[in-house]
Amino acid sequence: MTGMTISQQILTVAAVIAGTMLTRFLPFLLFPADKPLPDYIRYLGNVLPAAVTGLLVVYCLRGVSWTCFPYGSAEILSVVSIVLLHRWKHNMFLSIAGGTALYMMLIRLLA
Amino acid sequence: MKRKALRAAFPYTLPILTGFLFLGTAYGIYMRGLGFSFLYPMLMSLTIFAGSMEFVTASLLLGSFHPLQAFLLTLMVNARHLFYGVSMLEKFRGTGKKKWYLIFGMCDESFSVNCAAKIPEDVDPGWFMFFVTLLNHFYWFAGATLGGLVGGLIQVEIPGIDFVMTALFVVIFLEQWSSSRQHLPGLAGLAASAVCLTVLGPDHFILPAMAAIVGLLSLLRGRLEKEGQA
Repeated sequence: MTGMTISQQILTVAAVIAGTMLTRFLPFLLFPADKPLPDYIRYLGNVLPAAVTGLLVVYCLRGVSWTCFPYGSAEILSVVSIVLLHRWKHNMFLSIAGGTALYMMLIRLLA
Repeated sequence: MKRKALRAAFPYTLPILTGFLFLGTAYGIYMRGLGFSFLYPMLMSLTIFAGSMEFVTASLLLGSFHPLQAFLLTLMVNARHLFYGVSMLEKFRGTGKKKWYLIFGMCDESFSVNCAAKIPEDVDPGWFMFFVTLLNHFYWFAGATLGGLVGGLIQVEIPGIDFVMTALFVVIFLEQWSSSRQHLPGLAGLAASAVCLTVLGPDHFILPAMAAIVGLLSLLRGRLEKEGQA
């Protein structure tokens, strides 16, 4: 397991916690609630969520190998089925469950 | 008021319950497999609460002692949370003391649910977001602790269940797509990330993708703000 002492481990974990908290708290410290937001930051706050969700989708699919069999087909088919299912029924839980079930089936069939 | 918010929040966290129990258990088993006691995944899931970084921390603990390097690496891995903060600045206003916990617990999943959920009008948004965050935090903690306890005893293998997270983000993307007339921000996010992933590979694309997104959105600002007012 590890060569560190317990206190070194605690310090390492503390450094990770500090880093995580800095990324989460910094925007709120820079732009306190009692002052109006700069226009540019307000604009980013409006448009970033959709863009970041796009990033998260790509992030989830980053491990897919598109150049060798089955060429990401399980992922593509499942995502397409989620889009169709969601357009059709507009039920968040149905779309997620359906897409995941299809994916679990496909990776077995295409393995 | 609290109970109503909890009841409204719970269904939104169901996909995360599935995903976190699975991923959290996998994380606990992984830590146990590396030789750590179950106390490690248990305490780290409570205090760090940033899934991918907790896996990375496991390997940091196995290396030599470099706290500054651990700190900087965390900033890189979690830099996307800066974005979440900027997106939630206005939404978290007026949530009182709960705000501190909302910020502390703002992992990817809590952020995206809180940002996309249609909170019923008779439910207090602060408490709704509080319970979304708290439930997610608890699922992750429960999964990690469970994995740490049973790791080594049983082999949990359900191939493909981790796709539930991908599905969640796809659905949230679709929800944001239909709730706004402007589709450019979402498309810009997808395109910039896909290009950066293709060029830079899966391990190094996030920071450049974020820079590209901010750059693109800044370029599009004039156009998007004009459209938004029209």
